[in-house]
Amino acid sequence: MPPVIASKSLTLSRALSLDSGQALSDVQIAFETYGELAEDRSNAILVCHALTGDQYVASNHPITGKPGWWERMVGPGKVVDTNRFHVICANVIGSCMGSTGPVSDAIDGQPYAMRFPVITIRDMVRGLVGLLDELGIERLHTVIGGSMGGMQALSLAANWPERAARVLAIATTARHSAQNIAFHEVGRQAIMADPNWRGGDYYGSEAAPDAGLAVARMAAHITYLSEEGLTEKFGRNLQDRDTKSFGFDADFQVESYLRYQGSGFTQRFDANSYLYITRAMDYFDLAEEHGGRLANAFAGSRARFCVISFDSDWLYPTAESRHIVHALNAAGAPVSFVELSAPFGHDSFLLDVPALDRVMKGFIDG
Amino acid sequence: MAETLRPDLAVIAQNITPGSRVLDIGCGDGRLMAELVARHGVDARGLEIDPALVERCVARGLSVVQGDADSDLADYPDKAFDYAILSQTLQTAARPDRMLDELLRVGRQAFVSFPNFAHWRTRSALMLGGRMPVTRALPVSWYETKNIHHVTIADFRELVAAKGVRVERSWFFSGGHEIGPPAVNWRAEFALLQLSR
Repeated sequence: MPPVIASKSLTLSRALSLDSGQALSDVQIAFETYGELAEDRSNAILVCHALTGDQYVASNHPITGKPGWWERMVGPGKVVDTNRFHVICANVIGSCMGSTGPVSDAIDGQPYAMRFPVITIRDMVRGLVGLLDELGIERLHTVIGGSMGGMQALSLAANWPERAARVLAIATTARHSAQNIAFHEVGRQAIMADPNWRGGDYYGSEAAPDAGLAVARMAAHITYLSEEGLTEKFGRNLQDRDTKSFGFDADFQVESYLRYQGSGFTQRFDANSYLYITRAMDYFDLAEEHGGRLANAFAGSRARFCVISFDSDWLYPTAESRHIVHALNAAGAPVSFVELSAPFGHDSFLLDVPALDRVMKGFIDG
Repeated sequence: MAETLRPDLAVIAQNITPGSRVLDIGCGDGRLMAELVARHGVDARGLEIDPALVERCVARGLSVVQGDADSDLADYPDKAFDYAILSQTLQTAARPDRMLDELLRVGRQAFVSFPNFAHWRTRSALMLGGRMPVTRALPVSWYETKNIHHVTIADFRELVAAKGVRVERSWFFSGGHEIGPPAVNWRAEFALLQLSR
Protein backbone atom coordinates (compact mmCIF):
# COMPACT_ATOMS: atom_id res chain seq x y z
CA MET A 1 0.00 0.00 0.00
CA PRO A 2 1.48 3.32 -0.99
CA PRO A 3 1.95 6.05 1.59
CA VAL A 4 0.19 9.36 1.13
CA ILE A 5 2.57 11.65 -0.67
CA ALA A 6 3.09 15.24 0.33
CA SER A 7 3.34 17.31 -2.81
CA LYS A 8 1.57 20.65 -2.97
CA SER A 9 -1.86 20.08 -1.61
CA LEU A 10 -4.96 22.01 -0.69
CA THR A 11 -8.44 21.34 0.60
CA LEU A 12 -11.29 22.52 -1.60
CA SER A 13 -13.46 25.03 0.23
CA ARG A 14 -16.61 23.66 -1.37
CA ALA A 15 -17.93 20.11 -1.29
CA LEU A 16 -18.17 18.31 -4.63
CA SER A 17 -21.65 17.27 -5.76
CA LEU A 18 -20.98 13.97 -7.49
CA ASP A 19 -22.81 12.41 -10.43
CA SER A 20 -23.95 9.60 -8.12
CA GLY A 21 -25.94 12.14 -6.11
CA GLN A 22 -23.59 11.94 -3.17
CA ALA A 23 -21.46 14.80 -1.94
CA LEU A 24 -17.77 14.69 -1.10
CA SER A 25 -16.56 17.28 1.38
CA ASP A 26 -13.10 18.33 2.59
CA VAL A 27 -11.69 17.18 -0.71
CA GLN A 28 -7.94 17.21 -0.78
CA ILE A 29 -6.21 17.86 -4.14
CA ALA A 30 -2.50 17.08 -4.44
CA PHE A 31 -0.80 18.85 -7.33
CA GLU A 32 2.47 20.00 -8.81
CA THR A 33 3.15 23.24 -10.67
CA TYR A 34 5.99 24.23 -12.97
CA GLY A 35 6.84 27.69 -14.33
CA GLU A 36 5.62 31.11 -13.23
CA LEU A 37 1.99 32.16 -13.40
CA ALA A 38 1.74 35.41 -15.38
CA GLU A 39 0.32 38.42 -13.59
CA ASP A 40 -2.84 38.31 -15.71
CA ARG A 41 -3.08 34.53 -15.07
CA SER A 42 -3.39 33.88 -18.80
CA ASN A 43 -0.59 31.33 -19.20
CA ALA A 44 -1.84 28.37 -17.19
CA ILE A 45 -1.82 24.93 -18.80
CA LEU A 46 -3.57 22.05 -17.06
CA VAL A 47 -2.15 18.62 -17.82
CA CYS A 48 -4.57 15.79 -16.96
CA HIS A 49 -3.09 12.42 -16.13
CA ALA A 50 -4.12 8.95 -17.24
CA LEU A 51 -5.50 6.01 -15.23
CA THR A 52 -2.38 5.19 -13.27
CA GLY A 53 -0.68 8.55 -13.69
CA ASP A 54 -0.21 11.22 -11.07
CA GLN A 55 0.74 14.84 -10.52
CA TYR A 56 4.45 14.16 -11.07
CA VAL A 57 4.32 15.03 -14.77
CA ALA A 58 7.78 16.57 -14.84
CA SER A 59 9.37 15.74 -11.51
CA ASN A 60 10.75 12.55 -10.05
CA HIS A 61 8.22 10.11 -8.70
CA PRO A 62 8.59 10.01 -4.90
CA ILE A 63 8.19 6.23 -4.67
CA THR A 64 9.88 4.89 -7.78
CA GLY A 65 12.40 7.74 -8.14
CA LYS A 66 11.74 7.63 -11.88
CA PRO A 67 11.52 10.85 -13.94
CA GLY A 68 8.11 12.48 -14.40
CA TRP A 69 5.76 10.59 -16.71
CA TRP A 70 5.80 13.30 -19.40
CA GLU A 71 9.20 14.90 -18.87
CA ARG A 72 9.91 14.62 -22.56
CA MET A 73 6.99 17.00 -23.19
CA VAL A 74 6.92 19.31 -20.15
CA GLY A 75 9.85 21.44 -19.02
CA PRO A 76 11.98 24.48 -19.83
CA GLY A 77 12.23 24.87 -23.61
CA LYS A 78 10.12 21.76 -24.22
CA VAL A 79 6.84 21.45 -26.12
CA VAL A 80 4.92 22.53 -23.04
CA ASP A 81 7.47 25.18 -22.21
CA THR A 82 7.64 25.95 -18.50
CA ASN A 83 9.67 29.07 -19.29
CA ARG A 84 6.50 30.48 -20.81
CA PHE A 85 3.66 28.56 -19.23
CA HIS A 86 2.50 27.84 -15.72
CA VAL A 87 1.85 24.11 -15.87
CA ILE A 88 -0.46 22.48 -13.34
CA CYS A 89 -0.87 18.75 -12.92
CA ALA A 90 -3.12 17.41 -10.16
CA ASN A 91 -3.82 13.94 -8.89
CA VAL A 92 -7.45 13.06 -9.68
CA ILE A 93 -9.87 12.26 -6.89
CA GLY A 94 -10.20 8.53 -6.42
CA SER A 95 -6.48 8.11 -6.98
CA CYS A 96 -3.87 7.42 -4.33
CA MET A 97 -1.11 10.00 -4.62
CA GLY A 98 -2.44 12.53 -2.16
CA SER A 99 -5.83 13.53 -3.51
CA THR A 100 -8.95 12.26 -1.76
CA GLY A 101 -9.65 8.65 -2.66
CA PRO A 102 -10.49 5.29 -1.11
CA VAL A 103 -7.21 5.31 0.82
CA SER A 104 -8.10 8.64 2.49
CA ASP A 105 -9.69 8.78 5.91
CA ALA A 106 -13.43 9.27 6.04
CA ILE A 107 -15.09 11.35 8.78
CA ASP A 108 -14.79 8.45 11.26
CA GLY A 109 -11.01 8.47 10.95
CA GLN A 110 -10.95 5.14 9.10
CA PRO A 111 -10.03 4.85 5.40
CA TYR A 112 -12.99 5.08 3.08
CA ALA A 113 -12.01 1.89 1.27
CA MET A 114 -15.16 0.74 -0.57
CA ARG A 115 -17.25 3.32 1.27
CA PHE A 116 -15.73 5.88 -1.09
CA PRO A 117 -18.46 7.02 -3.49
CA VAL A 118 -18.27 5.77 -7.07
CA ILE A 119 -16.99 8.70 -9.10
CA THR A 120 -17.06 9.66 -12.77
CA ILE A 121 -14.68 11.42 -15.12
CA ARG A 122 -16.84 14.54 -14.68
CA ASP A 123 -16.42 14.24 -10.91
CA MET A 124 -12.65 14.14 -11.36
CA VAL A 125 -12.93 17.30 -13.44
CA ARG A 126 -15.12 18.86 -10.72
CA GLY A 127 -12.14 18.34 -8.44
CA LEU A 128 -9.77 19.91 -10.97
CA VAL A 129 -12.08 22.89 -11.53
CA GLY A 130 -12.27 23.25 -7.75
CA LEU A 131 -8.48 23.44 -7.71
CA LEU A 132 -8.46 26.08 -10.46
CA ASP A 133 -10.99 28.08 -8.43
CA GLU A 134 -8.76 27.91 -5.36
CA LEU A 135 -5.76 28.96 -7.45
CA GLY A 136 -7.72 31.87 -8.97
CA ILE A 137 -7.31 30.62 -12.55
CA GLU A 138 -10.46 31.46 -14.48
CA ARG A 139 -9.44 30.43 -17.95
CA LEU A 140 -6.75 27.99 -18.95
CA HIS A 141 -4.53 28.73 -21.92
CA THR A 142 -4.77 25.01 -22.74
CA VAL A 143 -6.02 21.83 -21.16
CA ILE A 144 -4.08 18.76 -22.30
CA GLY A 145 -4.65 15.10 -21.69
CA GLY A 146 -3.83 11.72 -23.14
CA SER A 147 -5.98 8.61 -22.63
CA MET A 148 -8.08 9.17 -19.47
CA GLY A 149 -6.49 12.63 -19.35
CA GLY A 150 -8.06 13.29 -22.74
CA MET A 151 -11.45 12.29 -21.35
CA GLN A 152 -10.99 14.89 -18.62
CA ALA A 153 -9.98 17.52 -21.16
CA LEU A 154 -13.12 16.78 -23.22
CA SER A 155 -15.29 16.75 -20.10
CA LEU A 156 -13.90 20.12 -19.03
CA ALA A 157 -14.58 21.54 -22.50
CA ALA A 158 -18.13 20.17 -22.50
CA ASN A 159 -19.16 21.04 -18.95
CA TRP A 160 -17.10 24.14 -18.19
CA PRO A 161 -16.76 25.63 -21.68
CA GLU A 162 -15.42 28.95 -20.41
CA ARG A 163 -12.53 27.41 -18.50
CA ALA A 164 -10.16 26.56 -21.36
CA ALA A 165 -9.24 28.41 -24.57
CA ARG A 166 -7.61 25.35 -26.14
CA VAL A 167 -8.35 21.68 -25.70
CA LEU A 168 -5.78 19.07 -26.70
CA ALA A 169 -7.10 15.49 -26.51
CA ILE A 170 -4.68 12.71 -27.38
CA ALA A 171 -5.24 8.97 -27.84
CA THR A 172 -8.63 9.16 -26.22
CA THR A 173 -12.32 8.55 -26.66
CA ALA A 174 -15.65 10.18 -25.87
CA ARG A 175 -17.04 6.93 -24.50
CA HIS A 176 -15.77 3.60 -23.27
CA SER A 177 -16.54 0.77 -25.67
CA ALA A 178 -17.70 -2.71 -24.68
CA GLN A 179 -14.14 -3.91 -25.30
CA ASN A 180 -12.70 -1.18 -23.06
CA ILE A 181 -15.14 -2.08 -20.29
CA ALA A 182 -14.42 -5.77 -20.75
CA PHE A 183 -10.68 -5.36 -20.24
CA HIS A 184 -11.27 -3.24 -17.14
CA GLU A 185 -13.64 -5.82 -15.72
CA VAL A 186 -10.92 -8.48 -16.04
CA GLY A 187 -8.65 -6.24 -13.99
CA ARG A 188 -11.27 -5.55 -11.35
CA GLN A 189 -12.16 -9.21 -11.01
CA ALA A 190 -8.48 -10.08 -10.61
CA ILE A 191 -8.25 -7.65 -7.68
CA MET A 192 -11.49 -8.75 -6.06
CA ALA A 193 -10.55 -12.43 -6.45
CA ASP A 194 -7.39 -11.85 -4.42
CA PRO A 195 -8.11 -13.11 -0.88
CA ASN A 196 -6.11 -10.18 0.47
CA TRP A 197 -8.61 -7.74 -1.01
CA ARG A 198 -11.10 -8.47 1.83
CA GLY A 199 -13.90 -6.41 0.34
CA GLY A 200 -11.49 -3.50 0.12
CA ASP A 201 -10.67 -3.45 3.86
CA TYR A 202 -6.98 -4.29 3.61
CA TYR A 203 -5.44 -1.00 4.68
CA GLY A 204 -4.81 -2.07 8.28
CA SER A 205 -3.79 -5.61 7.42
CA GLU A 206 -0.41 -7.10 6.69
CA ALA A 207 -1.02 -7.90 3.07
CA ALA A 208 -2.61 -5.94 0.24
CA PRO A 209 -4.16 -7.57 -2.85
CA ASP A 210 -0.91 -7.16 -4.73
CA ALA A 211 -1.25 -10.36 -6.73
CA GLY A 212 -4.65 -9.30 -8.05
CA LEU A 213 -3.52 -5.76 -8.74
CA ALA A 214 -0.45 -7.08 -10.59
CA VAL A 215 -2.61 -9.28 -12.82
CA ALA A 216 -4.91 -6.31 -13.50
CA ARG A 217 -1.90 -4.27 -14.53
CA MET A 218 -0.51 -7.06 -16.71
CA ALA A 219 -3.78 -7.41 -18.61
CA ALA A 220 -4.13 -3.65 -19.01
CA HIS A 221 -0.51 -3.22 -20.03
CA ILE A 222 -1.05 -5.48 -23.05
CA THR A 223 -3.78 -3.11 -24.24
CA TYR A 224 -1.35 -0.19 -24.11
CA LEU A 225 1.07 -1.83 -26.54
CA SER A 226 0.76 -2.92 -30.15
CA GLU A 227 1.28 -6.42 -31.40
CA GLU A 228 3.99 -5.06 -33.66
CA GLY A 229 5.70 -3.40 -30.69
CA LEU A 230 5.55 -6.57 -28.59
CA THR A 231 6.88 -8.68 -31.43
CA GLU A 232 9.68 -6.27 -32.10
CA LYS A 233 10.65 -5.98 -28.44
CA PHE A 234 10.30 -9.61 -27.36
CA GLY A 235 9.32 -11.87 -30.21
CA ARG A 236 9.40 -15.43 -28.87
CA ASN A 237 12.71 -14.82 -27.12
CA LEU A 238 13.37 -16.82 -23.97
CA GLN A 239 14.24 -15.17 -20.68
CA ASP A 240 17.72 -16.01 -19.28
CA ARG A 241 17.61 -19.55 -20.62
CA ASP A 242 18.40 -21.46 -23.77
CA THR A 243 15.52 -23.92 -23.77
CA LYS A 244 11.96 -24.08 -22.57
CA SER A 245 11.64 -25.22 -18.98
CA PHE A 246 8.56 -27.40 -19.49
CA GLY A 247 7.17 -25.62 -16.47
CA PHE A 248 5.40 -22.40 -15.62
CA ASP A 249 8.26 -20.06 -14.93
CA ALA A 250 8.50 -16.95 -17.03
CA ASP A 251 10.15 -18.78 -19.93
CA PHE A 252 9.44 -16.02 -22.41
CA GLN A 253 10.82 -12.51 -22.16
CA VAL A 254 7.34 -11.10 -22.62
CA GLU A 255 6.13 -13.02 -19.56
CA SER A 256 9.01 -11.79 -17.49
CA TYR A 257 8.38 -8.23 -18.67
CA LEU A 258 4.69 -8.36 -17.77
CA ARG A 259 5.40 -9.85 -14.34
CA TYR A 260 7.90 -7.07 -13.71
CA GLN A 261 5.39 -4.43 -14.83
CA GLY A 262 2.73 -5.98 -12.61
CA SER A 263 4.77 -6.24 -9.45
CA GLY A 264 6.38 -2.82 -9.94
CA PHE A 265 2.92 -1.31 -10.22
CA THR A 266 1.83 -2.63 -6.82
CA GLN A 267 4.64 -0.62 -5.21
CA ARG A 268 3.08 2.63 -6.31
CA PHE A 269 -0.64 2.08 -6.74
CA ASP A 270 -3.62 1.24 -4.58
CA ALA A 271 -5.92 -1.61 -5.61
CA ASN A 272 -9.12 0.14 -4.51
CA SER A 273 -8.10 3.26 -6.46
CA TYR A 274 -7.69 1.02 -9.48
CA LEU A 275 -11.27 -0.23 -9.02
CA TYR A 276 -12.68 3.28 -8.68
CA ILE A 277 -10.80 4.88 -11.54
CA THR A 278 -11.47 2.08 -14.02
CA ARG A 279 -15.16 2.32 -13.04
CA ALA A 280 -15.13 6.06 -13.73
CA MET A 281 -13.65 5.42 -17.17
CA ASP A 282 -16.21 2.71 -17.93
CA TYR A 283 -19.05 5.05 -16.99
CA PHE A 284 -17.66 7.73 -19.33
CA ASP A 285 -19.99 8.54 -22.20
CA LEU A 286 -19.89 12.22 -23.02
CA ALA A 287 -22.83 12.00 -25.42
CA GLU A 288 -25.04 10.30 -22.82
CA GLU A 289 -24.43 13.25 -20.47
CA HIS A 290 -25.68 15.58 -23.22
CA GLY A 291 -28.95 14.12 -24.45
CA GLY A 292 -27.36 11.30 -26.40
CA ARG A 293 -25.80 13.53 -29.02
CA LEU A 294 -22.09 14.20 -28.75
CA ALA A 295 -22.29 17.42 -30.77
CA ASN A 296 -24.55 18.84 -28.01
CA ALA A 297 -21.68 18.40 -25.56
CA PHE A 298 -19.68 20.99 -27.47
CA ALA A 299 -22.50 23.32 -28.50
CA GLY A 300 -21.55 26.00 -25.98
CA SER A 301 -17.82 25.78 -26.56
CA ARG A 302 -15.71 28.64 -27.86
CA ALA A 303 -12.45 26.73 -27.47
CA ARG A 304 -10.14 25.54 -30.22
CA PHE A 305 -9.69 21.79 -30.29
CA CYS A 306 -6.91 19.50 -31.41
CA VAL A 307 -7.51 15.76 -31.48
CA ILE A 308 -4.65 13.33 -32.09
CA SER A 309 -4.75 9.57 -32.53
CA PHE A 310 -2.15 6.92 -33.31
CA ASP A 311 -2.47 4.33 -36.05
CA SER A 312 -1.27 1.49 -33.80
CA ASP A 313 -3.58 2.34 -30.86
CA TRP A 314 -6.22 -0.39 -30.67
CA LEU A 315 -7.42 0.62 -27.20
CA TYR A 316 -8.79 3.98 -28.37
CA PRO A 317 -8.48 3.62 -32.13
CA THR A 318 -8.61 6.46 -34.64
CA ALA A 319 -12.31 5.85 -35.28
CA GLU A 320 -13.01 7.08 -31.72
CA SER A 321 -11.10 10.30 -32.37
CA ARG A 322 -12.94 10.77 -35.66
CA HIS A 323 -16.19 10.39 -33.78
CA ILE A 324 -15.13 13.30 -31.54
CA VAL A 325 -14.02 15.36 -34.54
CA HIS A 326 -17.30 14.68 -36.31
CA ALA A 327 -19.20 15.99 -33.28
CA LEU A 328 -16.97 19.06 -33.03
CA ASN A 329 -17.55 19.77 -36.73
CA ALA A 330 -21.28 19.38 -36.24
CA ALA A 331 -21.07 21.84 -33.34
CA GLY A 332 -19.12 24.25 -35.54
CA ALA A 333 -16.12 24.19 -33.21
CA PRO A 334 -12.68 24.91 -34.66
CA VAL A 335 -10.94 21.56 -34.63
CA SER A 336 -7.76 20.06 -35.95
CA PHE A 337 -7.25 16.34 -36.17
CA VAL A 338 -4.36 14.16 -37.19
CA GLU A 339 -3.68 10.45 -37.00
CA LEU A 340 0.01 9.97 -36.37
CA SER A 341 1.96 6.92 -37.33
CA ALA A 342 3.84 5.34 -34.44
CA PRO A 343 4.62 1.72 -33.59
CA PHE A 344 4.01 1.82 -29.82
CA GLY A 345 0.24 1.35 -29.60
CA HIS A 346 -1.79 3.37 -27.09
CA ASP A 347 1.36 4.27 -25.15
CA SER A 348 2.63 6.23 -28.18
CA PHE A 349 1.49 9.46 -26.55
CA LEU A 350 4.05 8.94 -23.78
CA LEU A 351 6.90 7.88 -26.02
CA ASP A 352 9.25 9.33 -28.60
CA VAL A 353 7.03 10.38 -31.51
CA PRO A 354 8.55 13.56 -32.99
CA ALA A 355 5.43 14.34 -35.05
CA LEU A 356 3.42 14.49 -31.80
CA ASP A 357 5.81 17.12 -30.46
CA ARG A 358 5.42 19.19 -33.61
CA VAL A 359 1.62 19.03 -33.70
CA MET A 360 1.30 19.78 -29.97
CA LYS A 361 3.73 22.68 -30.14
CA GLY A 362 2.00 24.08 -33.21
CA PHE A 363 -1.39 23.87 -31.54
CA ILE A 364 -0.32 25.36 -28.21
CA ASP A 365 1.61 28.20 -29.83
CA GLY A 366 -0.82 28.79 -32.72
CA MET B 1 1.92 36.45 -45.76
CA ALA B 2 5.16 36.35 -47.71
CA GLU B 3 4.08 33.34 -49.76
CA THR B 4 2.63 34.08 -53.20
CA LEU B 5 -0.61 32.34 -53.87
CA ARG B 6 -1.18 30.27 -56.97
CA PRO B 7 -3.29 32.41 -59.37
CA ASP B 8 -6.50 30.43 -58.84
CA LEU B 9 -6.08 30.69 -55.07
CA ALA B 10 -5.42 34.42 -55.32
CA VAL B 11 -8.66 34.86 -57.25
CA ILE B 12 -10.55 32.82 -54.64
CA ALA B 13 -9.07 34.96 -51.86
CA GLN B 14 -10.19 38.14 -53.62
CA ASN B 15 -13.72 36.88 -54.14
CA ILE B 16 -14.58 35.55 -50.70
CA THR B 17 -16.70 37.81 -48.53
CA PRO B 18 -14.65 38.89 -45.49
CA GLY B 19 -15.77 37.29 -42.25
CA SER B 20 -17.43 34.33 -43.95
CA ARG B 21 -17.09 30.66 -43.04
CA VAL B 22 -14.94 28.65 -45.41
CA LEU B 23 -14.02 24.97 -45.80
CA ASP B 24 -10.87 24.39 -47.85
CA ILE B 25 -10.95 20.80 -49.09
CA GLY B 26 -7.50 19.50 -49.89
CA CYS B 27 -6.01 22.54 -48.18
CA GLY B 28 -2.41 21.34 -48.52
CA ASP B 29 -0.06 23.31 -46.29
CA GLY B 30 -2.78 25.83 -45.51
CA ARG B 31 -1.47 28.64 -47.69
CA LEU B 32 -4.88 29.87 -48.83
CA MET B 33 -6.44 29.40 -45.39
CA ALA B 34 -3.66 31.43 -43.76
CA GLU B 35 -4.23 34.24 -46.25
CA LEU B 36 -8.01 34.14 -45.73
CA VAL B 37 -7.66 34.22 -41.94
CA ALA B 38 -4.98 36.90 -41.82
CA ARG B 39 -6.23 39.31 -44.48
CA HIS B 40 -9.91 38.62 -44.83
CA GLY B 41 -11.01 37.76 -41.30
CA VAL B 42 -12.41 34.48 -42.53
CA ASP B 43 -13.34 31.59 -40.23
CA ALA B 44 -11.48 28.93 -42.18
CA ARG B 45 -11.43 25.16 -41.71
CA GLY B 46 -9.46 22.67 -43.74
CA LEU B 47 -9.58 19.03 -44.79
CA GLU B 48 -6.33 17.41 -45.91
CA ILE B 49 -5.40 13.77 -46.45
CA ASP B 50 -1.62 14.02 -45.91
CA PRO B 51 -0.74 13.98 -42.18
CA ALA B 52 2.55 15.83 -42.77
CA LEU B 53 0.64 18.70 -44.38
CA VAL B 54 -1.97 18.69 -41.59
CA GLU B 55 0.91 18.99 -39.15
CA ARG B 56 2.18 22.10 -40.96
CA CYS B 57 -1.31 23.62 -40.95
CA VAL B 58 -1.72 23.03 -37.21
CA ALA B 59 1.72 24.54 -36.65
CA ARG B 60 0.54 27.74 -38.32
CA GLY B 61 -2.48 27.91 -36.06
CA LEU B 62 -5.05 26.66 -38.57
CA SER B 63 -7.92 24.26 -37.85
CA VAL B 64 -7.39 21.37 -40.21
CA VAL B 65 -8.77 17.84 -40.03
CA GLN B 66 -6.94 14.92 -41.56
CA GLY B 67 -9.37 13.13 -43.78
CA ASP B 68 -10.34 11.92 -47.19
CA ALA B 69 -12.55 14.26 -49.21
CA ASP B 70 -14.13 11.23 -50.92
CA SER B 71 -15.64 9.99 -47.66
CA ASP B 72 -15.24 12.55 -44.87
CA LEU B 73 -17.25 15.46 -46.25
CA ALA B 74 -20.22 13.43 -45.02
CA ASP B 75 -19.18 14.44 -41.48
CA TYR B 76 -20.06 18.09 -42.05
CA PRO B 77 -23.59 19.38 -41.52
CA ASP B 78 -25.63 20.96 -44.34
CA LYS B 79 -24.72 24.56 -45.19
CA ALA B 80 -22.13 24.68 -42.43
CA PHE B 81 -20.02 26.99 -44.60
CA ASP B 82 -20.56 30.01 -46.81
CA TYR B 83 -17.97 28.65 -49.23
CA ALA B 84 -16.53 25.22 -49.90
CA ILE B 85 -13.28 25.33 -51.85
CA LEU B 86 -11.96 22.46 -53.95
CA SER B 87 -8.80 23.55 -55.68
CA GLN B 88 -7.12 21.18 -58.13
CA THR B 89 -8.58 18.19 -56.36
CA LEU B 90 -11.76 17.37 -58.33
CA GLN B 91 -9.86 15.29 -60.88
CA THR B 92 -8.48 13.09 -58.06
CA ALA B 93 -11.90 12.25 -56.62
CA ALA B 94 -13.33 8.76 -56.85
CA ARG B 95 -16.65 10.28 -57.96
CA PRO B 96 -16.28 13.95 -58.92
CA ASP B 97 -20.03 14.25 -59.51
CA ARG B 98 -20.83 13.17 -55.96
CA MET B 99 -18.12 15.40 -54.58
CA LEU B 100 -19.72 18.33 -56.36
CA ASP B 101 -23.01 17.48 -54.65
CA GLU B 102 -21.24 17.33 -51.30
CA LEU B 103 -19.54 20.70 -51.88
CA LEU B 104 -22.87 22.37 -52.46
CA ARG B 105 -24.42 20.56 -49.52
CA VAL B 106 -21.86 21.72 -46.93
CA GLY B 107 -21.31 25.11 -48.58
CA ARG B 108 -23.81 27.71 -49.82
CA GLN B 109 -21.38 28.34 -52.65
CA ALA B 110 -18.36 26.49 -53.97
CA PHE B 111 -15.13 27.38 -55.72
CA VAL B 112 -13.83 24.54 -57.90
CA SER B 113 -10.60 24.68 -59.89
CA PHE B 114 -9.13 21.95 -62.09
CA PRO B 115 -6.63 21.40 -64.90
CA ASN B 116 -8.30 21.50 -68.32
CA PHE B 117 -7.56 18.29 -70.25
CA ALA B 118 -8.66 19.95 -73.50
CA HIS B 119 -5.84 22.52 -73.42
CA TRP B 120 -4.04 22.58 -76.78
CA ARG B 121 -0.82 21.19 -75.28
CA THR B 122 -2.66 18.18 -73.92
CA ARG B 123 -4.52 17.71 -77.18
CA SER B 124 -1.38 17.88 -79.27
CA ALA B 125 0.53 15.51 -76.96
CA LEU B 126 -2.21 12.98 -77.41
CA MET B 127 -2.99 13.64 -81.05
CA LEU B 128 0.51 14.09 -82.44
CA GLY B 129 2.57 12.14 -79.88
CA GLY B 130 0.06 9.40 -79.25
CA ARG B 131 0.97 9.49 -75.58
CA MET B 132 -0.82 10.46 -72.37
CA PRO B 133 0.15 14.10 -71.95
CA VAL B 134 2.83 15.22 -69.51
CA THR B 135 2.57 18.99 -69.49
CA ARG B 136 3.06 22.01 -67.20
CA ALA B 137 -0.46 21.56 -65.91
CA LEU B 138 -0.26 17.74 -65.75
CA PRO B 139 3.35 17.04 -64.84
CA VAL B 140 3.05 13.42 -63.67
CA SER B 141 3.12 10.27 -65.82
CA TRP B 142 -0.11 8.33 -66.32
CA TYR B 143 0.93 5.49 -64.02
CA GLU B 144 1.63 7.61 -60.98
CA THR B 145 -0.68 10.59 -61.37
CA LYS B 146 -3.36 11.11 -58.75
CA ASN B 147 -5.58 12.54 -61.48
CA ILE B 148 -7.91 9.65 -62.13
CA HIS B 149 -10.74 11.63 -63.69
CA HIS B 150 -9.38 13.93 -66.36
CA VAL B 151 -11.91 16.60 -67.22
CA THR B 152 -12.25 19.43 -69.71
CA ILE B 153 -13.94 22.77 -69.19
CA ALA B 154 -16.70 21.70 -71.61
CA ASP B 155 -17.24 18.44 -69.69
CA PHE B 156 -17.41 20.23 -66.36
CA ARG B 157 -19.89 22.79 -67.66
CA GLU B 158 -22.05 19.96 -68.93
CA LEU B 159 -21.98 18.20 -65.55
CA VAL B 160 -22.81 21.40 -63.74
CA ALA B 161 -25.71 22.15 -66.11
CA ALA B 162 -27.05 18.61 -65.76
CA LYS B 163 -27.07 19.00 -61.98
CA GLY B 164 -28.87 22.32 -62.15
CA VAL B 165 -25.93 24.05 -60.53
CA ARG B 166 -25.49 27.73 -61.31
CA VAL B 167 -22.12 29.07 -62.45
CA GLU B 168 -21.84 32.43 -60.69
CA ARG B 169 -18.50 33.33 -62.23
CA SER B 170 -15.62 31.65 -63.98
CA TRP B 171 -11.94 32.42 -64.43
CA PHE B 172 -9.38 30.84 -66.73
CA PHE B 173 -5.62 30.65 -66.48
CA SER B 174 -2.68 29.91 -68.72
CA GLY B 175 1.01 30.27 -68.01
CA GLY B 176 0.25 31.49 -64.50
CA HIS B 177 -1.96 34.36 -65.73
CA GLU B 178 -5.65 34.93 -66.02
CA ILE B 179 -6.86 34.87 -69.64
CA GLY B 180 -10.03 36.07 -71.36
CA PRO B 181 -12.95 33.80 -72.22
CA PRO B 182 -12.61 33.22 -76.01
CA ALA B 183 -11.95 29.56 -76.86
CA VAL B 184 -11.01 28.73 -73.25
CA ASN B 185 -11.51 25.03 -73.77
CA TRP B 186 -8.48 25.27 -76.09
CA ARG B 187 -6.50 28.01 -74.39
CA ALA B 188 -6.90 27.55 -70.63
CA GLU B 189 -4.58 25.30 -68.64
CA PHE B 190 -6.72 25.73 -65.53
CA ALA B 191 -10.28 26.77 -64.84
CA LEU B 192 -11.89 28.14 -61.70
CA LEU B 193 -15.66 28.28 -61.29
CA GLN B 194 -17.77 29.80 -58.56
CA LEU B 195 -20.89 27.67 -58.15
CA SER B 196 -24.16 27.79 -56.29
CA ARG B 197 -27.34 25.79 -56.27
